Amino acid sequence: MSDTPPQTPPGSATPPAGSPGKPASRRDRPQTDEESRWHGVFREITSGSAIISVLAVVLALLVGAVMIAVTNDDVQESAGYFFSRPSDLLGDVWGAVSGAYSALFQGSIYNFGRGSFAEGITPFTETLVFATPLIAAGLGVALGFRVGLFNIGGRGQMLIAAAIGGWVAFAVALPYGIHLVAALVAGILGGALWGGIVGLLKARTGAHEVITTIMLNYVAFYLVSYLLREGFLRTPGSNNPKSPASKETAVFPDLLGPDYNLHLGFILVIAATIFTWWLLSRSNLGFQFRAVGENPNAARVAGISVQRMYVYAMLLSGGLVGLAGINQVLGTTTSGFGATVDSGIGFDAITVALLGRSKPWGVFAAGILFGAFKAGSFSMQAAEGVPIDIVLVVQSLIVLFIAAPPLVRAIFRLPTPGDTPLRARPIVVKEVAAK
Amino acid sequence: MSTIAPVSVPTQPTPPDDGPKAAVIRSWKTPIALGVFTVLGAIMLVGFGRDGISTMVLSTTSDLIQLPTVDLPTRATGIVVSLLLLAIAAGSAWRVRNSRKTPIWLSGVFAFLLLLGFLAWASAGASIPIPGLLFGSLSLAVPLIFGALGGVISERVGVVNVAIEGQLLAGAFTSALVASITGQPLLGLLAAMLAGMLVAFVLAAFSIKYFVDQVIVGVVLNVLVSGVTGFLFTQLLAPNAATLNQPPKFDRINIPFLSEIPILGPVLFRQTLIVYIMYFAVIAVYFGIFHTKWGLRLRAVGEHPQAADTVGIKVAATRFWNVSLAGAIAGAGGAYFTLGSVGAFGKEMTAGAGFIALAAVIFGRWDPIRATLAALLFGFASNLQSVLSIIGSPVPSEFMLMLPYLVTIFAVAGLVGRSRGPAASGKPYIKS
Amino acid sequence: MKLELRGITKRFGALVANDNINLTVEAGEIHALLGENGAGKSTLMNVLYGLYRAEEGEILLDDKPAHFAGPGDAMKAGIGMVHQHFMLIPVFTVAENVMLGHEETRIGGRLDLAAARLRVKHISDRFGFAVDPDALVEDLPVGVQQRVEIIKALSQDAKVLVFDEPTAVLTPQETDELMVIMRQLKDAGTSIVFITHKLREVREVADRITVIRLGKVVGEASPTATNEELASLMVGRAVDLTVDKAPATPGAPALVVSGLTVIDPRGQALVNNVSFTVATGEILAIAGVQGNGQTELTEALMGLQPRVVGEITLDGKSLRGHSVRQVLDAAVGFVPEDRTEDGLVGGFTIAENLMLDRSHRLPFVKRFNLQLALLAEFATAKVKEFDVRSQGIDTPVGRLSGGNQQKVVLARELSRELRLFIAAQPTRGLDVGSIEFVHERIVATRDAGTAVIVISTELDEVAALADRIMVMYRGRIVGIVPGDTPRAVLGLMMAGEPAPITPEPTTPAPTEGAAA
Repeated sequence: MSDTPPQTPPGSATPPAGSPGKPASRRDRPQTDEESRWHGVFREITSGSAIISVLAVVLALLVGAVMIAVTNDDVQESAGYFFSRPSDLLGDVWGAVSGAYSALFQGSIYNFGRGSFAEGITPFTETLVFATPLIAAGLGVALGFRVGLFNIGGRGQMLIAAAIGGWVAFAVALPYGIHLVAALVAGILGGALWGGIVGLLKARTGAHEVITTIMLNYVAFYLVSYLLREGFLRTPGSNNPKSPASKETAVFPDLLGPDYNLHLGFILVIAATIFTWWLLSRSNLGFQFRAVGENPNAARVAGISVQRMYVYAMLLSGGLVGLAGINQVLGTTTSGFGATVDSGIGFDAITVALLGRSKPWGVFAAGILFGAFKAGSFSMQAAEGVPIDIVLVVQSLIVLFIAAPPLVRAIFRLPTPGDTPLRARPIVVKEVAAK
Repeated sequence: MSTIAPVSVPTQPTPPDDGPKAAVIRSWKTPIALGVFTVLGAIMLVGFGRDGISTMVLSTTSDLIQLPTVDLPTRATGIVVSLLLLAIAAGSAWRVRNSRKTPIWLSGVFAFLLLLGFLAWASAGASIPIPGLLFGSLSLAVPLIFGALGGVISERVGVVNVAIEGQLLAGAFTSALVASITGQPLLGLLAAMLAGMLVAFVLAAFSIKYFVDQVIVGVVLNVLVSGVTGFLFTQLLAPNAATLNQPPKFDRINIPFLSEIPILGPVLFRQTLIVYIMYFAVIAVYFGIFHTKWGLRLRAVGEHPQAADTVGIKVAATRFWNVSLAGAIAGAGGAYFTLGSVGAFGKEMTAGAGFIALAAVIFGRWDPIRATLAALLFGFASNLQSVLSIIGSPVPSEFMLMLPYLVTIFAVAGLVGRSRGPAASGKPYIKS
Repeated sequence: MKLELRGITKRFGALVANDNINLTVEAGEIHALLGENGAGKSTLMNVLYGLYRAEEGEILLDDKPAHFAGPGDAMKAGIGMVHQHFMLIPVFTVAENVMLGHEETRIGGRLDLAAARLRVKHISDRFGFAVDPDALVEDLPVGVQQRVEIIKALSQDAKVLVFDEPTAVLTPQETDELMVIMRQLKDAGTSIVFITHKLREVREVADRITVIRLGKVVGEASPTATNEELASLMVGRAVDLTVDKAPATPGAPALVVSGLTVIDPRGQALVNNVSFTVATGEILAIAGVQGNGQTELTEALMGLQPRVVGEITLDGKSLRGHSVRQVLDAAVGFVPEDRTEDGLVGGFTIAENLMLDRSHRLPFVKRFNLQLALLAEFATAKVKEFDVRSQGIDTPVGRLSGGNQQKVVLARELSRELRLFIAAQPTRGLDVGSIEFVHERIVATRDAGTAVIVISTELDEVAALADRIMVMYRGRIVGIVPGDTPRAVLGLMMAGEPAPITPEPTTPAPTEGAAA
C-alpha cells in the first residue's frame, strides 16, 4: 500500500459528539451505520399517541367508504341524474356505505338479526378465531421490530411450521394431549427454524433480512408445493396438492363447544402475548434485544453479542409466526392444507405489528381489530356484494396513516406537539410525548 | 473464506516512519464455489448420468438461414462437461494459490458449461427448441427488467423500492383498463406509466416528506395496490369484462435483417414495441446514470446526501422526481403483462415478479446492465422450468422455480461476492 | 469580498445556538472564529452557507444584503466552505466531486469529465496541491481529501472561504502546510474565515480574532494576545486545565501488550506491532492525531476488532480473542470515544443504561428476570454520586446534555471492580465543569490502584492527566515518554519524529514515571 496513514474514510469517521450549540447534530446527519437507520423507525412505531391510531382507523374507513360508494351500481346510476335529484345520490351513497359497514359490524361483533345472545355473539367469536393467527404472527413481527429486524418472512415461516407441524398431526400416532403438544411444538420449531436461517445469515454474513425473508417466502412456498405434490405431505391416492386431514388427537379442542369455531388457539395466543410482554419488559434477554434494536453499536460495546441477539430474535420471531402457522393446521383448516394455508397472514402480521406499535398488548388489540375486519368482510361480501379486497385497502391505509402522524394531524388540523421545527430534534420530542 | 497472511511481526523494532504494510488477503471464495458446483455437477451429470441423445434445435421454421440441429450423446456430454468444469475449478485454485484472481470470463465459461451440461442431461431422449426457450425467457424477463431498472434508479437515489411489485400490478391494471376503453395499447402503456408513478409518488411522499421507513411504506403499498386493484377488478372489470378488460395487445414488429440473425434474431428482433422500448430503456438508464449530469447528481444524492446538499443539489426534490421516474418505468413493465403477454388483467397477476426484480437489482449490484442480465437469468430459469416440464424433466419444477430466490440468498449472503449498495440507500435525509 | 453578519440569531427549540452575533470579515484577511466546542461557531457558518435559516439577522456581501435559500445561493454569491466532515462522495473521483452541482456537459448530455479534470489540474498546479483528478476520493489520505475540498470551493470562484475546524484531522505537519495554503489564498485576495478552538493556530495565521462563547460574541482580539488572554475569553474565566494529582505510585504491570497488530478488511495494518505496558496505579496517555490507530488499538483491547495478531494480557491472563463481554468481565472498564453512538442507548432510561454492561448476570439479573427494584435503588445512588442532572432515573439519556451523558457512562463503568480502565476522548465536546469532574474521577481511579489508559488527541488533556505518554503515528508507537515531556517534543512525535531523548523502557521502574 501507499505510505498514507491508516485513516478512516470520511464517510465513516464520525468524530465529535453532539455539542450544545447544535443539539440535534447527531440526528441531522444521515446516519452512517447500516443498523442505526432503524432508530427513528422503531421509536416512531413504538411511541406516538393513541389518538393518531384512532384517527387513522377513521380515515381509512372513510376512504373505504368512498371506494364502496363510487363503485356501487345504484350510486353510479343516481349520479347520472345528480343535478335533477341530488338527494337520490346522497341516499344511495348512504345506503351503500351504511349497508356495507353495518354488514361488517354484524359479521364481526354482534348480529342483531339473531334471536338469542348466544347466537348473536357468534360473529365476535369468529373475529377472535381470525384474530388468533394474526396476533401470533403479529407478535413475531413486533418482536423482530424491537430488535431492529424486519421480518417479512411470515409467509415462509408459517408454511414451514404448517408443513412440519401438520405432518406430525396427520402422520404420527400419539395419544390425546401428547399428540397436540407434539404437533404444536413441531410447528413452532418449524417456524423458528425458517426464521433462524435468516438470523444466522444476517449474523454471519450481514445479509439483509428484508431480502432473505422475502426470498425464503418463495423458497418455502415452492418447497411445500413440492412436498404436497410428491413429498411426504402428499395425500396418498390423491392428485390434489393437499395434505391429509390432521388426526383428531392433535386438533385444538373447541373452547365454547361445537356451536362455535373458537378453539384452544386463542388461549395459546393470550399466553404468547403474556410471554412476549414478559420477554421484552421483564427479562434480560428482552433487555438485550431492545438495546440492540435501539443502538446496536452501544450494545456491542457493552458486551452484548449483537450477532447472537439477531439469531435468538429471529428464532423467537419465527417461532411466534410458526404458532400462527400451526394454529391454521390444528385449529382452522384441520381437514388438510394446501400451499396457501398461510392465507396472507404473514403480510397482515406486519400491519398488525405496526398498528400495535410493536408492543405486545398493542399487537393483541390490533390483531382483534383486523380479525374483526376479516370476519366482517365475508358477511359484507355476502350481504352487500362488496369485495373482500376492501379490507386490504383499509388495513394498509391505517398503517400508512399511523406511520405518518404529521399527515393525520394535517388532515384533522390537530396541533403539532412540541416545538415547531419537529425535525430539529424529532426523536427526543416524541420520546417526551410518549412518557 | 479468506485467509490472512499476517503481517510479518519483526523481532527488531522497526522505524516508525515505515508505513503500514498490506497483508495479503487471498480469497478462496471463487475456487471453493467452483469446486462445490463441479462436485454437484459431476454427481448429477455422471453419477446420475442418463442415456440417450439430447437434441438442440437452433432455428425456427420461419428463419431464412436454417441451422442444423445438434445431437449430443447425453452421457458422453456429461462426462466431458464435468471434466472441463473440474479443469476450470482446479485452474482457479491454482491461480489463487499464486495470489492471483480468477478472471470473470472464466467463471462465465464455467456457468455456460454447467448450463449446457444440465440442458443436455435434462433433455435426454428429447429435443429442446433453443430459440423458443430463449424467446420465452426474454418474455418472462421483460417486466423483471423494467422493474429492475426502476429499482436501480430508486435505490441509486437513496430510496429502497420494495414497492416494485405494487408498481407492476398498478401498471398492469391500469393499462388493461385504459387500453380496453380506448382501444389503443399505446395509451394503455402511458396510463400504466402514470399508475406506476402514482404508486411511487406515495412511496416518495411518505419516505421523503414524512420520513416513514421506506421498507415499511413499500410493503404496505404492495398490500394497498393489491387491495385496490383486487377490489376494482371484482367490482368493475369482472362484471364488464368485454368493455373494460379486453385490451388490444401490441403487434409483433419484425426488424428487417436483424430478425434474420440465426438464433438471436427471432429472439430479440421479432418483438413488440414494448420490448423495443425496454432495450432503449436499459441503454438510456445505463448511459444516464453513469455519463450524464442527471446520473452524477442522482448517485451523489444516494451516496452522500449531505455532500450533495452542500453543493446546492436539492436532495428531497431529486429523490422525489427520480423515485417517480422509477415508478413510471416499473409501471411500463406492468403494462407488458396485459398488453404484451397475457391480455386481460387478473387478480395478483404479477405474482411476485416485483420481488424477483428487486432480487435482480441486488444480484446485479445496482448496475442497470448487470441487473438486466440478472433479470434475464431469472427469466431463463423460470422458462426453462416450463420447457422442461413439457418434455418431462427429471427435476421437479418447484426446484427450478425456487432457483432465482436461492441464487439471490446466496448473492446477498456474500457467497457470490460481496455487493455494496448506495451508501445512503434506505436512509431518510433529515435536514435541520 | 467583504463579508458582514449582522445580528444573527439561530434557535434550536428552546436552545439559542447563536444569539445576536455580529461579525465583519474584510476582503483579503484571515479572520479566526475562536470558541469552545459547542460555542455556536459551526451553526453560525451553516447559517452563512445557507444550510440553516436564521430566525433573525442579515448577511451582507460588500455591504449589499444577501439572502441564501440554500448552499447553491451561497456558492453563487462567492462563499465556499471546507467542511469539518468532508463533503465528498467517497466512491466518486476527485474530478467528479469537483464538478458535482455545476456540471459541464457535451453533446447528448454527456458529462464533460475532461473539462473537470483540467479545472482540477489547473487549481491544483496553481497551489502546488499535486492532486490526481482521477483518483477515487476514498483512496486518498485525509490531508489530500481536504485539498479536494479546497479545490471544490475554488473552482466555484469563492471569494470568501470558510474553514470549519480544518486541523482536527491533520498532523502538525499537514497543519503547517494548510497554514501556508491559507496565506497563499489570502495573498490571492480571498477572504478566509477560520473556525477553530486551537489557540496556537489562531495566533499563527489570523489577522483578526473574534471569540464566541455560548452563542454570543464575547470579544475581539488581535493575534498578539497571549494564550491565556484568548483562553479566558473563550471559556469565560481563567482556565486552569491542570489537575491536582499526587505523583503516581505505579505497582506491578497490569496490562501487557506485545506485538499487537490490527488488520482492517482491506488488509491494511491499522495498528502495527505495538508493545507497551501499563502498571497498576498509573495513567498512560496515548497521544496522536485522530486516525493514527488509537481507536483501533482500544477496540482491539476491548475485543471489538475481528483481526488481531499479537498478545494482550491483564494480570498475566490473556485477553486476546476474548469477546467484549469476557473482556468486561475480566474487570476492564471502557469509555468509548463516541458516547452517543457507542456508549449509550439514547432511548433507554438512565437506569437501563447503567445496567447495559451487566445484562447477563447478577446483581441486576436473576434467572432471566430483571431486578428492577434493585436497579432503581442502584441508579438513584449513582445519579447522586456522579451528580447527573436529570428529572429522574427514568429520563431517557438522549435528553441529557453531553456532560451528563458522559457522567452516566462513567457511573456505569466505574461502578464495577476494575483492574484496567480505558477512557477514549473522555472529555470531547464537554463543558469545562464536566471536564474537571471527569478528570478528577480518572485520577481517583488511578489512585485506587487501577491501571488507566487515556486516549486523547488534545495535548492539554494529555499533559494534565498523563503519568507517561505514548505517542502513536500511522499505527505505530513513536515513543513512550514521561508525562512532563514538553509540548514541542510531543508535537514532533505526533508528526512521526522519534523522541530526541531516549525513550524510557516500556515497563516503568516503580519509582519512575511520576509527573513533576
